Amino acid sequence: MEDAFLLAAIIVSIYGLVVLLRLFLGPTPGDRVVAVDTLNTFVVAVMLLLGAAFKRTIYLDIATVYALLSYIGTLYIARYLEGGFKR
Amino acid sequence: MTLGFPEILIYIFLSISLIFNGLGAIALHRFPDVYTRLHGATKTTTFGTIFAVISVITYAAYMAHTYPDLRGKYISMALHAVITLIALIITNPTGAHAIARGLYRGGYKPDYIVVDYYGKSLNNKEENSGGADE
Repeated sequence: MEDAFLLAAIIVSIYGLVVLLRLFLGPTPGDRVVAVDTLNTFVVAVMLLLGAAFKRTIYLDIATVYALLSYIGTLYIARYLEGGFKR
Repeated sequence: MTLGFPEILIYIFLSISLIFNGLGAIALHRFPDVYTRLHGATKTTTFGTIFAVISVITYAAYMAHTYPDLRGKYISMALHAVITLIALIITNPTGAHAIARGLYRGGYKPDYIVVDYYGKSLNNKEENSGGADE
């Protein structure tokens, strides 16, 4: 059953690589911000699945802290976008 | 090897999580606009990650039931997963809303727009406040 969690973590990491493509391609800054936000959620999911795969509770704590800190970063970037940008 | 009921449940939750997270990753490439991309990516990844957390909680409960010696460790794992779930549910939609608000106020209009009540209400508010100041 731990192998299933490890496999799921690897698959979500591959999804993260797909999202990274949008981060590089994105025509506007908004696209890049959306890609980073999605990537943060994927990192939290990978941390959770790895915590279950390796039976380490501390990975779940790291996931919690990462979720809260990435939320603060997202809010900062959203405030920055409010000032306007060129398309 | 026969699968027990909790294992089948864990596999079902993991499958739902993987399907929806994959849909979120595809949505970033298939939608035409920033706002539609935000919509597709945020909704699906939030739902998928909630199911990943639920599968971890089910796993921890099952292990705590199977190995009574390590019960404390697995119960603490389940509780930490619940805390992560709460943090995720609160922060993810709020961050997406903040991004959309910042984009709109930064002057980026949606490409395929039909009605725009938010912009109309913003304009009304500015006119009213401007009149009051003068």
